[in-house]
Amino acid sequence: MSVTGTMQARRLPGFGLTLGFTLFYVTLMIALPIAALLLKASAVSTTELIETLKSPRVQASLRLTFGASVLAALINTFFGFVAAWTLVRYRFIGRRMIDSLIDLPFAMPTAVSGIALMAIYAPTGLIGQHLIPWGIKTAISPLGVLIALVFIGFPFAVRTIQPAIEELDIEAEQASASLGASRLQTFTRVTLPSLLPAALTGFTLALARALGEYGSVIFIAGNLPMRTEIASLLIVSRLDENDVVGACAIAVVMLTATFGLLLGIQAIQWFIQRKTGRS
Amino acid sequence: MSSTEGFSHESRDPKWVQFLLIGLTLGFVFLLLILPLGVIFWEAFRKGIKTYALALSDRNAQSAIALTLLATAISVPVNMFFGLAAAWATTKYSFRGKSLLISIIDLPFAISPVIAGLMLILLYGIHGWFGSTLQSFGLQVIFAVPGVVLATMFVTVPFVARELIPVMQEQGSEQEWAAVSLGASGWQTFVKVTLPNIRWALLYGVLLCSARAMGEFGAVSVVSSNIRGLTNTLPLQIDALYNDYNAPAAFALSSILASLSILTLIAKSWLEARIDYRSKDKEELL
Repeated sequence: MSVTGTMQARRLPGFGLTLGFTLFYVTLMIALPIAALLLKASAVSTTELIETLKSPRVQASLRLTFGASVLAALINTFFGFVAAWTLVRYRFIGRRMIDSLIDLPFAMPTAVSGIALMAIYAPTGLIGQHLIPWGIKTAISPLGVLIALVFIGFPFAVRTIQPAIEELDIEAEQASASLGASRLQTFTRVTLPSLLPAALTGFTLALARALGEYGSVIFIAGNLPMRTEIASLLIVSRLDENDVVGACAIAVVMLTATFGLLLGIQAIQWFIQRKTGRS
Repeated sequence: MSSTEGFSHESRDPKWVQFLLIGLTLGFVFLLLILPLGVIFWEAFRKGIKTYALALSDRNAQSAIALTLLATAISVPVNMFFGLAAAWATTKYSFRGKSLLISIIDLPFAISPVIAGLMLILLYGIHGWFGSTLQSFGLQVIFAVPGVVLATMFVTVPFVARELIPVMQEQGSEQEWAAVSLGASGWQTFVKVTLPNIRWALLYGVLLCSARAMGEFGAVSVVSSNIRGLTNTLPLQIDALYNDYNAPAAFALSSILASLSILTLIAKSWLEARIDYRSKDKEELL
């Protein structure tokens, strides 16, 4: 029995069952919803689509969303790098706790983060009240949008750069030092170049996350049309007004941007693998 | 406090650089992460324990907790089952389009929750593909409980699968082949051989999946009618209370979710040490 079993079984059992269920579920839960959006958007005439996107309110929200997201991703890449370097290279009290805490924005529901940020940065808030006398408005302003996007994107930057620093070749640093390079020269000429792909990936992931963020932003943003209204919120407003076509037009733009970014990450990864000769 | 144990003299940064970077990290983490966490509990208990207890015992709050638990109790097991099937199918066999399938499984991570909600409206709304058919059977999905559950399921699809696939890929199929050649059935092989090998990764995926399921806001808010006591989940109820200028109650409910996310982080670190995701951390344990 077992002998014929081995002879026949060129595959482990369960191929049809597991692949069948996987394909069924993926089609129903993921492919069908995406197809519905794309078909809805393609059923609309191109001119109508462009008209929607050309409206000043949509333009303003797209500018704010992309601008604040890029800026937040840049800030996150810098502080993400500093935090990752500190956590990997240095030993200090509370290091492990800080390391675990980095993932808080992942674990915390976005609505909870949203009202917490509002409690801190509102004009009467913990920090907000001290900034108002200086004329800095942290809530209900584009600055508030930026703060929320920095909060939400931070773990993406840290968690992408951290493993790259862990895998750094210490011997290359030592070789560079023994050849007479200063610590700074070693860092900028040897260490930094090999961390660049990870930093770029972290930037892109943080950016992709920021573009689609909703819950943590809407409270602190105040949602003033033309000023602090992000794209996700505009989609919701359009749906509330029963303007499904308008909602789909903005959604397609955002979705294209995110998918483009993720393809970019794939390209970076492919490039690194080719360069280092790993497959 | 040996500061750079394990690193040789050459790769050690100057003391002032270390102090600067550690200070920068601690300052940023405090401002960005610890302060918001602290403020939730501070605001929740500021008006006294009585106000806190009252907010939690409110009828609508209770129903929001119940709906959140319902949505989680449905989406986590379904997506766990899916994750196991998908991981088995993509790691035990080779077939064309496999890497495309794995990429598609990850898509819900890339789709903005609000857009996910919009997609579900296009499918199950009154004017949607299946909306009118389902309506004729008396089943309303959008602006009702099934929509909330579906939205929660959508955003949590990849969690278990994406934890299991790399782990099972790395473990290979030799043990399973051994079991099958000794006459074990597919199911026996899975339960007795595969499952013990992947249990920590599975638990890790389930943990992240549950945390996200309980906290989802954007997708759920689009497909829910936001009727208190009926289609409001905990995050939606928090939103509603906050917009009513009832901040103490909003923060009281938030403190439940914030506590859960702290527990998630603790369990996550504990599991990570077991899964060998980050070998550096493991070395330190030894």
